[in-house]
Amino acid sequence: MEAYLDNAATTKVFSRAAQKMLQMMQKDYGNPSSLHKKGVEAEQQLKETREIIARSLKVLPKEIIFTSGGTEANNLAIIGTAMANRRAGNHIITSCFEHASVHQPFLYLKEQGFDVDFVSVDSNGHIDLNQLISLIRDDTILVSIVYVNNEIGAIQNIESLVHSVKSINKNIVFHTDAVQAYGKLKIFPNKEGIDLLSVSGHKIHGPKGSGFLYIREKSKIKPQILGGGQQEGIRSGTENVPAIVGLKEAVLEYFTDHEKKIMKLYECKQRLIEQLLQIEGVVVHAISSDVQTAPHIVSVGFEGISRSEVLLHMLEEQGVFVSSGSACSSNHPGISSSLMAISVDKKFLNSTLRFSFSLETTVEEIDYAVAVLKEVLPKARRFTRH
Amino acid sequence: MNYKAFLVKYAEIGVKGNNRHIFEKALRDRILQKLSPLGDYHVVREQGRIFIECPDGYDYEDTVEALKHTFGVWGFSPVVVIEQMDWENLVESVCEYVGQCYENKNFTFKIEAKRGDKQYPITSPEICSKLGEALLKRFLDLRVDVHNPEKRITLEVRKRAYIYSETIKGSGGMPIGTAGSAMLLLSGGIDSPVAGYQIAKRGVVLNAVYFHAPPYTSERAKQKVVDLAKQLSKYTDTIRLYIVNFTKIQMEIYETCPHEQLTILMRRFMMRIAQIFAEKENCLGLVTGESIGQVASQTMHSLFATNAVCTMPVYRPLIGLDKEEIVVAAKKIGTYETSILPYEDCCTIFVAKHPVTHPNLSSIEKSELLLDEHIKELITEAVESTELIII
Repeated sequence: MEAYLDNAATTKVFSRAAQKMLQMMQKDYGNPSSLHKKGVEAEQQLKETREIIARSLKVLPKEIIFTSGGTEANNLAIIGTAMANRRAGNHIITSCFEHASVHQPFLYLKEQGFDVDFVSVDSNGHIDLNQLISLIRDDTILVSIVYVNNEIGAIQNIESLVHSVKSINKNIVFHTDAVQAYGKLKIFPNKEGIDLLSVSGHKIHGPKGSGFLYIREKSKIKPQILGGGQQEGIRSGTENVPAIVGLKEAVLEYFTDHEKKIMKLYECKQRLIEQLLQIEGVVVHAISSDVQTAPHIVSVGFEGISRSEVLLHMLEEQGVFVSSGSACSSNHPGISSSLMAISVDKKFLNSTLRFSFSLETTVEEIDYAVAVLKEVLPKARRFTRH
Repeated sequence: MNYKAFLVKYAEIGVKGNNRHIFEKALRDRILQKLSPLGDYHVVREQGRIFIECPDGYDYEDTVEALKHTFGVWGFSPVVVIEQMDWENLVESVCEYVGQCYENKNFTFKIEAKRGDKQYPITSPEICSKLGEALLKRFLDLRVDVHNPEKRITLEVRKRAYIYSETIKGSGGMPIGTAGSAMLLLSGGIDSPVAGYQIAKRGVVLNAVYFHAPPYTSERAKQKVVDLAKQLSKYTDTIRLYIVNFTKIQMEIYETCPHEQLTILMRRFMMRIAQIFAEKENCLGLVTGESIGQVASQTMHSLFATNAVCTMPVYRPLIGLDKEEIVVAAKKIGTYETSILPYEDCCTIFVAKHPVTHPNLSSIEKSELLLDEHIKELITEAVESTELIII
């Protein structure tokens, strides 16, 4: 049996999305900018996708800009906003709890002469609101806070963060990296006051290479990719029509009976946590009874394990696929920054695994994963360097 | 410049006595083997050298790369081929060659003529003097030095004429297949690929064995070894890479024997298993990347204890090199970038904090006695489940 529980890294593409993509590559392969029929048809697909995405967020279709994924959306949002508003101010804020595709653009902007401040989080992974407020200055132009953290699943109360920020200065642009949040939570940028919101397609059963940035109407963004002026000049380059159509199909499916789907994810999570906590020397990070975390992420620490990668491979040998830290940061050896940010006990920094679910995760998969874990854990502990 | 051919020079083969033709034939075959994926090259042996005629539309850079990766090639010269054999055209072609080949013409030169076609109306000495004259007239910065020229420009007159002067350095060594075969203990590190290269360079056919320890070493660590073997195979023939699952043997040793002796004991079992595959492949020796004193398992005492289980010669071409020298060599052969990728190879988890550096053979052997018959079963199981990848 196989249990793929690494869905925060990526998900399997929905069949209907994959089929539609093949059609777009081999049959309806027109360039949306072409004047002829094939072009018009492709353009129509983009339009439809914008509408469907806009509906899922209750925003306007023209506020959706397609990107190559979450990383590009974050880069465009952060660098594009900072560069476009440079005359208004030179100060930007983010948290020490972000994905590399937010963190790195901030470091880049720092090099370019911007003042950057990092707000910290508490042990639940929540932004320290008082600190955030105290960091805001007259020349602050951008605040970027991740919606759902990719390693431990902590959810920010974005609405209250936006409210606090904007009550000090309504001109500050608020960006949120919603790559792990879109589809997993109900998000409405207008209601919450979000100006920019990044989404990746392959986390919600869409294809890799798809994603978008929601840009509130009239927000100033300096394009980061220049060329033929596609997408109102904000993001040049022939639109990746197959990926965009794949994203459309994924969104359509994901947001049908949306609430039920979220509930199903929470059920998976509940079931896994209950069983894990019965195992000796196992802790689940960032859960407390009064705080809700993302429905699809469970971060688990194992006592007596010196390197979680070994445990990961032991699980893999029996078809259970999980991640150590987050897949994106596992490429860089080093210690998970999110775990450090929430001050997890040092002994767990190198012995934490992330289990994450998708809409296709089954109860059987979860039970199987736990059974395998119970079997290999003693072995892993025995052969650990002390 | 429109080169249509290459002239290959070889050094060491040239001094072989009666066996010389065997080496020459091997070199010709190896060159053809390296070039045939690139097109229909014509490779012939003649008069103590190898001549390569390139097909129309061949890729110059790819051809040069292939020749650089062929052991036995000391150097090679790109050759311009002239079809029109009248003297005026030959003079014009040589002038054109010099004009294009050298941007800065402030050098001394010598013309060397070889007249293969004795019917050609102008003799070699005449060719030299007339050509020299023409070049001096055309390029005013040029000077003649017949004793110690900076450039030797050769014109060969046969059915067609050939012009060449520059020599590109090859890898040297002997053509693969002119020595025996050897089994390389390949890890993901910097040293072992270099050791394999050094041995292959002497004409040895290389095979390799890698000890994989899942789940303590990842798939990526294995892929890294496959990639290293691929890079090595650019110089060698096909490499038969054996991937041995070593985990159970390691665990058995870990549970039974003193931890500070683990590495030495592991290495002894690796040598034993490598020999099994070496015999299977008719190899005449093992190859390792060991260098005296580099790590605890490579002190002379440790090598002595490891070597005690080997019944065939173990070639250690890096034995007297410093790490720095090995790194330089690894960069040169193109394995360094892969070797330094950060995937753990031989599970550090099993390495003792303070491994023995001066193991005593009898104490090691005594520890090994603790491992009863069960270890033999594990070895058999490991050998039988070994994966063979042909690279």
